[in-house]
Amino acid sequence: MKGSASKLYLAIAAAVSFAISYWVPMDQYVREIVLTIGINIILAVSLNLVNGYAGQFSLGHAGFMAIGAYFSAAVTTFWAPKWFGASTDITSGFTAPLVFLFALLSGALLAAVAGLIIGIPSLRLRGDYLAIATLGFGEIIRVVIQNTDAIGGSRGFTVMSGYTNFFWTYLFAALTIYVVANLVHSAYGRGFLAVRDDEVAAEAVGVNTTKYKVIAFVLAAFFAGIAGGLYAHFKQYLHPDGFSFLKSIEVVVMVILGGMGSTAGVIAAAVFLSLLPEVLRFIPQFYERSFGIPLPHLIDELLKNRMLIYSVLLIALMLTRPQGIFGGLKRPAFLSGKKTRAAHVIPS
Amino acid sequence: MNQFIQQLINGLSLGSIYALIALGYTMVYGVLRFINFAHGDVFMVGAYTGYYAARWINGRFNTEPSIPFAILVLTISMVVCAIVGIVIERLAYAPLRNRARLTVLITAIGVSLFLEYGGQQFFGAGPENFPQLMPNYAVLNTPAFTIMSNQLIVLGVTVALLIGLTFVVLKTKIGTAMRALSFNPTAASLMGINNSVVISFTFGLGSALAAAAGILWAVNYPSINPLMGLLPGVKAFVAAVLGGIGNIPGAALGGLILGVTETLVVGYSDKLHIPPSYRDAVAFVVLIVILLFKPSGLLGKTGSEKV
Repeated sequence: MKGSASKLYLAIAAAVSFAISYWVPMDQYVREIVLTIGINIILAVSLNLVNGYAGQFSLGHAGFMAIGAYFSAAVTTFWAPKWFGASTDITSGFTAPLVFLFALLSGALLAAVAGLIIGIPSLRLRGDYLAIATLGFGEIIRVVIQNTDAIGGSRGFTVMSGYTNFFWTYLFAALTIYVVANLVHSAYGRGFLAVRDDEVAAEAVGVNTTKYKVIAFVLAAFFAGIAGGLYAHFKQYLHPDGFSFLKSIEVVVMVILGGMGSTAGVIAAAVFLSLLPEVLRFIPQFYERSFGIPLPHLIDELLKNRMLIYSVLLIALMLTRPQGIFGGLKRPAFLSGKKTRAAHVIPS
Repeated sequence: MNQFIQQLINGLSLGSIYALIALGYTMVYGVLRFINFAHGDVFMVGAYTGYYAARWINGRFNTEPSIPFAILVLTISMVVCAIVGIVIERLAYAPLRNRARLTVLITAIGVSLFLEYGGQQFFGAGPENFPQLMPNYAVLNTPAFTIMSNQLIVLGVTVALLIGLTFVVLKTKIGTAMRALSFNPTAASLMGINNSVVISFTFGLGSALAAAAGILWAVNYPSINPLMGLLPGVKAFVAAVLGGIGNIPGAALGGLILGVTETLVVGYSDKLHIPPSYRDAVAFVVLIVILLFKPSGLLGKTGSEKV
């Protein structure tokens, strides 16, 4: 995307999501799914910056999300009522969007600071070690939250306001895509790909690999924090178990399925994997209606085991197409003009 | 001081279980240079195999808890898990032998999730109560501390398995082949070593040790569930890194140190002002500290990276 075209894209995305959130009616069920998709897009696209473009394997994304979620929820639940008068609900009044935005950004900033703290030691680690270290950091964040009584600890945290709506979710999803796509396709951002493709060679030609890795971590953590804030004000209930290692794995599966280093692929995978549980829920009903007999019990049980399906998906994908479903695909000529971008491909 | 001795005994018993699991990580890393994420779940499969074997034998022969019964269950579980480990390696890892390391790592995460959630499907998601394999009594009961027979058995089995493993690695032909492979796979195969046989053997050996750890764990903490392998697995990995990954005595040492540290932090939590629920964070803090200050581990060798 060229500069002016991409700004236009951002404006259009904002306008469209604003229009949809005001004029398209959605029932509770559809809203739930649509917002989940948006939040997952933010998570997956931001993680793709670290895992896909910069080639560092992070397994701690849920930790950053948890920081953003808890901090922004604390802002709107505990502090905002004190600062903005007696109203305990920020969902009313014209200050509401500002308070919400402030809460989101402060949670995201705290997550970014955590990303910085985690990024600096992790520079010394590579591959498998980095994966375990980030997993460890993510779990430490979770254990700390679990033992902090002020934010509910292991009882969970009830968030007062449910301010997240279609507009905010997709505004930030568009912003995440905009930032990540523009960054990695800028002259500056080529450094990420250089770090991924050959760290030693990158360093030899003068790329500051340390700086790029930290930037990737901090930016990814920032957007994960945003996603966490949106999640907190959408579900209105937070529990430390919801931010365990499995949540990170879920996001990692989206990135891998979409193809590491392909933003479009990762978005598609985020949409697909968010819809998958809903589709799986309908299969037994659909089967019974069309064949007149209930689905065999074992298959029914297997369909409910979402993580089992993810695991089979992961193994099968790695054995057959390790670059991901969309990774390494070139854009159709009519979309990309003359230039084709081959830099998305991860050598396997 | 009395409490210290008691905590030390508990810590050694926990640490020797970590050590057994850590050995599997370290051996696989030694020959394949990759972290078998699914290793902790083989440990879980070991505990479940023991559970079903013990129940089956009990149902058939109505045995009393005794040492021969425990040894029989232990052997069955180790054999089954060795086969499970070899099958996992053949199906999931062998086709990826020359692929990028990240691909193999992701596959290992997939295998781990598969065992955990497949386990939920087949063993049931709820916890099971592990039957008593042998009588548990206080061997030494002083006012200061108590040593239970189970703790002694955990230590004893670990030491016996460690001696056996050292013998296999140092004195047998296949052990020599393992060491050759970890030194240089290409040269090893040029010298007539069948690499894939050695890799299978390594997986089998590591998985059998994990199964033994699973049984010992279940004897001490009798509630088993399909996700039980996750935390001990990651902690044992930390132990392997602590001792220097790829180094067999290092893994045993790392396991013991980690077990004792964890138990001491929990035991002195009130004096240290750390809530005891932070016990799971101890291992990760240890990992991060060791990676920052001595990434090669306590007994590991430092090597320069080849370009």
